Amino acid sequence: MNRSSRFPFPMLVGAVTLAAGVALVGCAKKAEEGQKPGEKASLQDIGSDTMVNLAQAWAEAYAGVDPAVSVEVSGGGSGVGIAALLNGTAAIANASRTMDSLEMAKAKAAGMDPKEFLVAYDGLAIYVHKDNPLDQISIEELGEIYREGGKIDDWGALGVKSIPGAKGTAIVRVSRQNNSGTYQYFREHVVGKTKDYKPGSLDMNGSKEVVELVAKTPGAIGYSGLGYATPDVKILKVAKKKGEPGVLPSIATVHDNTYPISRPLFMYTPGDPPAHVKQYIEWVMSDAGQKIVEESGYVPLPKK
Amino acid sequence: MLADERLRSSKAAAGRRRWETLAESLIEAAIRFCGVSAILFVFGIFFFVFREGAGILPKLDLVQFLFSPAWYPTSVSNVRYGVLALIIGSLSVTSLAMVIAVPFGLGAAVFVSEFCGQRARETLKVVIELLAAIPSVVWGFIGISVMNPLIQHVFSVPVGLNVLNGALLLALMSVPIIVSIGEDALKAVPDSYREASMALGATRWETVRRVLLPAAKNGLLAAVLLGVGRAIGETMAVLMATGHSINIPKSVFDPVRTLTATIAAELGEASSGSPHYQVLFVIGILLFSITFVVNVTADIVVKGLRK
Repeated sequence: MNRSSRFPFPMLVGAVTLAAGVALVGCAKKAEEGQKPGEKASLQDIGSDTMVNLAQAWAEAYAGVDPAVSVEVSGGGSGVGIAALLNGTAAIANASRTMDSLEMAKAKAAGMDPKEFLVAYDGLAIYVHKDNPLDQISIEELGEIYREGGKIDDWGALGVKSIPGAKGTAIVRVSRQNNSGTYQYFREHVVGKTKDYKPGSLDMNGSKEVVELVAKTPGAIGYSGLGYATPDVKILKVAKKKGEPGVLPSIATVHDNTYPISRPLFMYTPGDPPAHVKQYIEWVMSDAGQKIVEESGYVPLPKK
Repeated sequence: MLADERLRSSKAAAGRRRWETLAESLIEAAIRFCGVSAILFVFGIFFFVFREGAGILPKLDLVQFLFSPAWYPTSVSNVRYGVLALIIGSLSVTSLAMVIAVPFGLGAAVFVSEFCGQRARETLKVVIELLAAIPSVVWGFIGISVMNPLIQHVFSVPVGLNVLNGALLLALMSVPIIVSIGEDALKAVPDSYREASMALGATRWETVRRVLLPAAKNGLLAAVLLGVGRAIGETMAVLMATGHSINIPKSVFDPVRTLTATIAAELGEASSGSPHYQVLFVIGILLFSITFVVNVTADIVVKGLRK
């Protein structure tokens, strides 16, 4: 009866999708052209998902410092940021890891000499559900939980007999997608430099998602930036070795290196930054910028 | 005088006619382009996906690729590209979704087309179309925030992001398609069939079962297969609701990861042209082949049924 009105619909959707795709490609091109040095209107700051909250807070505050520059922040991951830096769409790349040798080689090939700025630290917190009675965990035990072939799959092995609200005592491992900076950092410092993760973890696509899932899952454990803590999750003390006292991540424990899994956060520029970018990064590293670091839940640079 | 006028008007008519033929042929060309464009786009997309993935194909161990569940594209020591767990993930979520959606969808189609009154039909159609208009991110959000705790609670399982959660969402998303197309197929059966059946003394249910369903089977099959296509290609909702975990499921309460979700989650951060990036495009080719096989099978089955 009403056939004619129904059948063109999928085609219409297809056409709209394609048109949108074409439009997007067009936009991306334009953004590239708009990024010539000396143009002061906007500044693309792309990268680490761990840093996106912080970068956003900086950008908002900076609008009051220098209204002539608008800083546009987007996330996606450290790899995305550095890729954008290399193809010229980003003026600043945020990274929760240093550039790797492959990326450096690509930069050199493109005639760039990337500059690295240490802008803050992040404590990588170990999150469990707020009803989990566990208070402390060691790097070794974390390794056994997350490593391929690791032996710990049950909370019982950590001395937890039952978690209120949990069904059974199986550990639900929450992890990140395999090319996030956080995933790579955690692998290098906890799982083992040349080791792999145990399959079967729930791989979330963002720092916030890890904390949200742990908050809703009584049997879960996850790792994510300290800045993403909420009242619904519990942060575990982490000990370097089993038997040693555990340490909670905080500004003090990250600065004196007693918290074992903290990491530097970087900003990269393609070469010596132009004046307005340099001013922005200097402001980020100033007392005013570092105060925002602390307010956002990250760890500021130690005072000189 | 009279002849003169007639000549003039016939000249004007000829001019108008020439203009009309020109316009007509232009419009015809435009419409023809629209018709052919679908083919162009499909080939264009296939070419693009194939070109991006082709670089790694000679180096890729296809047996390991298809039959190993170890997916470690960014490993430092031992890079492994096995998508078995992802294929099983996609298939398990899709098939469970269809087990739920097909009876509901076809049942609803029969009800809307044959059993309900005019007003109920209009209301139902509006609501069903509304269901189809909900964006998949919203479905994914429902999966995480509503279904996740619900499944944990009702079935006493440690985590509610799993095959069942993803399949329920996909079922809800494909039911509207099955209903709309199924209803059209039933409506396309001429009323004389219904009248003849009634005249022979059949009840309404007998009419549906013995006359309408066999007469509309091609259209109904198309409805189901379009639902399958919707389910297997869905990305955002399953990315959020299945737990995104590389795992060969042993029950519907195990988290899994689908082919589509893997591409969505990893392509953004894989540096362009790297082996990881190329393998993700090979997964794209694989998905393309799966939908192609589904469509061709559908075609063959439909043709077979027609005989």
